[in-house]
Amino acid sequence: MSIDQSTAAKVAKLARIKVEEDDLPALAQEFNAVLGFIEQLNEVDVEGIEPMVSVTPMRLKRRVDEVTDGDQQEKILSNAPDAREGFFAVPKVVE
Amino acid sequence: MTDLNKLTLAEARDKLRAGDVTSVELTQSCLSAIDAAGELNAFVHKTPEIALERAKAADARIAEGDAPDMCGLPIGIKDLFCTKGVPSQAASRILEGFLPEYESTVSQKLQDSGAVMLGKLNMDEFAMGSSNETSVYGNVVNPWRRGNEETPLTPGGSSGGSASAVAADLCLAATGTDTGGSIRQPAAFTGITGIKPTYGRCSRWGVVAFASSLDQAGPMTKDVRDAAIMLEAMCGHDAKDSTSVEMAVPNFEAMLTGDIRGKKIGIPKEYRMDGMPAEIEKLWADGTAMLKAAGAEIVDISLPHTKYALPAYYVIAPAEASSNLARYDGVRYGHRATLAAGDGITEMYEKTRAEGFGHEVQRRVMVGTYVLSAGFYDAYYNRARKVRTLIKKDFEDVFAQGVDAILTPATPSSAFGLGEMNDEDPVQMYLNDVFTVTVNLAGLPGISVPTGLDSQGLPLGLQLIGRPWEEGDLLNTAYALEQASGFVAKPGKWW
Repeated sequence: MSIDQSTAAKVAKLARIKVEEDDLPALAQEFNAVLGFIEQLNEVDVEGIEPMVSVTPMRLKRRVDEVTDGDQQEKILSNAPDAREGFFAVPKVVE
Repeated sequence: MTDLNKLTLAEARDKLRAGDVTSVELTQSCLSAIDAAGELNAFVHKTPEIALERAKAADARIAEGDAPDMCGLPIGIKDLFCTKGVPSQAASRILEGFLPEYESTVSQKLQDSGAVMLGKLNMDEFAMGSSNETSVYGNVVNPWRRGNEETPLTPGGSSGGSASAVAADLCLAATGTDTGGSIRQPAAFTGITGIKPTYGRCSRWGVVAFASSLDQAGPMTKDVRDAAIMLEAMCGHDAKDSTSVEMAVPNFEAMLTGDIRGKKIGIPKEYRMDGMPAEIEKLWADGTAMLKAAGAEIVDISLPHTKYALPAYYVIAPAEASSNLARYDGVRYGHRATLAAGDGITEMYEKTRAEGFGHEVQRRVMVGTYVLSAGFYDAYYNRARKVRTLIKKDFEDVFAQGVDAILTPATPSSAFGLGEMNDEDPVQMYLNDVFTVTVNLAGLPGISVPTGLDSQGLPLGLQLIGRPWEEGDLLNTAYALEQASGFVAKPGKWW
């Protein structure tokens, strides 16, 4: 399976990373090198094998569904590139 | 007393207890060493005020008696750990200016035990790299050189700053993290010891996530005893990380007897790669002979799916990374691109991530996006997870045969020159982790111990892989190997 420029552009879009048109051929080539390497996995017989979910057999702990945290608006906003009136600010989303 | 920065954790601890030195003196010695080692580019955010304040508090605590082992010992913290009020940017531009409002559990535990943070250590961006060449802070330089040559060498990666700092005696020890070999490979390249514990031993809370099912923190130290001391202070259950285990933490140092008589050590035939340098072959054979002479039983074993570990890793790790790194959107923290008139939220995401992530990180995020995308999920991601099950089973089978630990080379070569791999395709760099990555996929503990020098005078390490949760036994085998090899070489100071 070989990746062409339009697929590379689509992947970049899905990943929300802007890639300049001129950089797409090199990117596609790098993808192909990595994917070519990954292709080796097709040699393995995985019939009847369960995909791993957790590397150590464990049941995730449960806790009571109650509020244990909160009232930290200032701390949460302290690193925001743009915070106004207690909110994260972003460019207009809805026209 | 001079050269306090050259002490091991154990030596410094004993001197502190005996009242021969103070933590303030130890700390000042390290701070001077750091200031004189700018060329190594290991420490990227220095915190001398915090260090001296904590050192004074540690001295007071020691004077009161009953201080923990790590109390008063100056260490470095990898930039991947969030440290309250101190820059923590995973060596990425996208986290420029980020000042965490909280402290990672591991660095908090070290702080609670009285350890003194000297500053933050350079690394590959988001821990993605094997040469410390993907950092926004620039390359880290290995204190070791090829004989009298001045060619700057890589300290390995991703914990390259930690490795360089410990090898150059800028700190007594450092924290590292290991997703595919990021503690063990740099430890081997710099002649120090590094252990990645069993997945779940150390809390991942507050450690910037790369691939959550593989990431583990661990200590990088001057010897095995120090690794035992520091690991004990780092691990333990944490309610804030649901994958951290509720299991008692043993006194690892007390388990270092050096007695490995009757232990079964497996030598996996699949690790004998084509084209392996003769020096690595010899190092491995010598290590095997040392363990045998110490009374261990050597057995040949097979781990048949070894060859597929790296390809499986390069599906699973980028897949998890693409998901984890989705949070860097220019909204909540870090860098946001300057937008042009009319740019909407999608342009903000795309420009921010293009400016904020370096090349290798972008590539891995996109590979991860691709293998998780509709139509390819089964062919790539699910298949890789099945292969991972088989890789883990390989290890379970040999442990079921009574094998206590597995001996392998840590790396396929000694440290290479910075920039030497630039023209290769990315897969060539990935091959650095060929011996270490299986251990992450199987969630096992692994330790790298320096045991020799190559013909250029560069350190080489061997890796021991242990049974899950048996870090104590693994450290003891590593201790026996360390004693037998008698490795004491240090880099000559040129910086």
